[in-house]
Amino acid sequence: MSSNTKQLYTVSIYTENNIGLLNRISAIFQRRHINIESLNTSPSEIEGVSKFTVVVDVTEVDIQKIIGQIEKQVEVIKAYYHNLEDIIYQISGLFKIKSELLFEERQIQNIIKESNARIVTVNKDFFVLEKSGKKEEIMELYNKLSVFGIMQYTRSGLIAVTKEEMRISTLLQNYNH
Amino acid sequence: METKTIANSNTIQKATERISGSEAIVRCLIEEGVKIIYGYPGGAIMPVYDELYKYQDKIHHVLTRHEQGATHAAQGFARISGDVGVAIATSGPGATNLITGIADAQIDSTPMVCITGQVPSHLLGSDAFQETDIVGISTPVTKWNCQVTNAADIPGAIAKAFFIAKSGRPGPVLVDITKDAQFEEFDFVYDRCEKIRSYNPIPKTEAGTLEQAAQLINNAKKPFIVWGQGVILSEAEEVFKALVEKAGIPAAWTILGASAIPTSHHLNVGMLGMHGNYAPNKLTNECDVLIAIGMRFDDRVTGDLSKYAKQAKVIHFEIDPAEINKNVKADVAVLGDAKSTLKAILPLINPNSHVEWHQQFKDLYEIEYHKVIKNDIHPTKEGLTMGEVIHEINLQSKGEAAIVTDVGQHQMIACRYADFNITKSNITSGGLGTMGFGLPAAIGAKMAAPEREVVSISGDGGYQMTIQELGTIFQQKAAVKVVVLNNEFLGMVRQWQQLFFDKRYASTEMINPDFIKIAEGYYLKARKVVKRADLKDAVKEMMESKAPYFLEVCVEKEGNVFPMVPSGASVADIRLE
Repeated sequence: MSSNTKQLYTVSIYTENNIGLLNRISAIFQRRHINIESLNTSPSEIEGVSKFTVVVDVTEVDIQKIIGQIEKQVEVIKAYYHNLEDIIYQISGLFKIKSELLFEERQIQNIIKESNARIVTVNKDFFVLEKSGKKEEIMELYNKLSVFGIMQYTRSGLIAVTKEEMRISTLLQNYNH
Repeated sequence: METKTIANSNTIQKATERISGSEAIVRCLIEEGVKIIYGYPGGAIMPVYDELYKYQDKIHHVLTRHEQGATHAAQGFARISGDVGVAIATSGPGATNLITGIADAQIDSTPMVCITGQVPSHLLGSDAFQETDIVGISTPVTKWNCQVTNAADIPGAIAKAFFIAKSGRPGPVLVDITKDAQFEEFDFVYDRCEKIRSYNPIPKTEAGTLEQAAQLINNAKKPFIVWGQGVILSEAEEVFKALVEKAGIPAAWTILGASAIPTSHHLNVGMLGMHGNYAPNKLTNECDVLIAIGMRFDDRVTGDLSKYAKQAKVIHFEIDPAEINKNVKADVAVLGDAKSTLKAILPLINPNSHVEWHQQFKDLYEIEYHKVIKNDIHPTKEGLTMGEVIHEINLQSKGEAAIVTDVGQHQMIACRYADFNITKSNITSGGLGTMGFGLPAAIGAKMAAPEREVVSISGDGGYQMTIQELGTIFQQKAAVKVVVLNNEFLGMVRQWQQLFFDKRYASTEMINPDFIKIAEGYYLKARKVVKRADLKDAVKEMMESKAPYFLEVCVEKEGNVFPMVPSGASVADIRLE
């Protein structure tokens, strides 16, 4: 794919855990008028180091410049970009559905089984389904269930680990030579 | 700082003292060697001002007439000295008034620490009186910022602030401190910050890049150096000059790079960019190796990027990895601090002189001289030109004055024609183009370098944006020489209207007050020049004055700045008229 064609990139940013850093990072996308498709923040494999996972639809030329501008932030340790082939990722979807449908519409039980979705909770009014996977898999389930009516639906940000090794600990040591 | 050694131990533990957060702020500044700060008091910063009163023999606080003036003064201070400038303000409007100066310092890589008071922490987020989210507002225009709500965090935050502002590619930082943290008492101890684990201020020079760069330079037939402020910020002037001379390469500057080597240096071929010199713009597109040093290929320098130096191999000496390939693709990127990378490459460079290539610059200079320069600095027509005023200042200052400019036509003319014989002598708002920058920046520059002649040159437009700082000049007795080149227009915008908007002069004509009376109202010596015959004597009187001095020169109303690379055009299409 040409470096001037837009595609989805996952940006993994290892940072200090500080108030305001989310603002600082999102501002870098904002000033270039880039919409953030998905965003997740969490602790990383290193104690005291946070990880942002941002998904954006941009060109490779742009993402390289953006990575540079992210990395130059004082509290950013390292940033990487990957296309979806270079990462192992999951997105989670939650569906809240009327409980009566579970008994009235036998089809729903088949859909749950086939889609490998998990029932998180059931009560007399509603049940909650959880499905993790790629966006397409969650959308497929959404499309199947929406026929019967979905009370609430939400999808998480993408979280990912990379196929390549990330040498954050080594980097941190090098910075402190 | 007081230290005591604990018996039977190799560690040195610093003694602590129980003091308030506000006293700690002042003590931190003293620890950082700060002697002058610029600011404006108000509710949320009053405890700090109370301490400044107590410590006035150690820190001189300069009351500017507007917080924006405080930031520009701090910038002027930093630009002429290389030290961190400090500005201080209260919460809310005091803090938001700092933003223009902070944005200016960010884009021009000026080390500055701003300290703002904030409403007490229990009121944060409640729309309290004079509450504004200054950390949120300043985030995109600061190198780093933070909010402190506990006194105990103050020394660490300020130590970090100074370290970040000054190290690597410098920039502005802001520390916002709640009023309760200022009142709170704690055990004070100060340790200067020397590293931050996530921050790598000077990137390592990649192996082999120096050799590759040297090879390209040594094999070049038409090498061309374009340098920027990085040379000045890393204090690499000496080794830079040695490199230019050894390699015999014509070198041109961005406006923030001006003065790194003297204007008169035979290999200094002038200014780059939109209103730069003819030769360096034209020949950018003829060189075979373009050597960029501590500059960032701003659009005002490059014009149309798709037609910029496409024939050349590009070597980029740069401290900020984010600048590599941002605008112009580098064939060789030499990362690191310019002083150390230039030192390292110097022995690898073969002595050379590119006589014929250099002659091309001289030939184009002759064309520019006859078409433009001669008429600017030795005009024969009636009506004073901005260029002849600058020329007269050159003659009488022997090119040793620091020239502080505002933004617009006078700025381009001053940068084009001023003689800079001493480094750090061109103080101007480059990247942000902040009108109103000049006058307060000149105050900061004069206070940082009282031994130097500091001449503030403004247009009648920008001058009136921060004209109230005449009050600061008067109160501080800062012997700034203030020159206003008055053409009764917002001249640069008018020039564009003339050239590109069919002379529709929308809102660019200025009906001005009596500038002499205003200056005299601030007790400044003032003089107005309307005739060429009086210029020399007036400039002489100004330069000889030991006190601050105001000089208004009424210049021709519709003068234009040429050469010009029209917006969006290639540097090779630079126009002489």
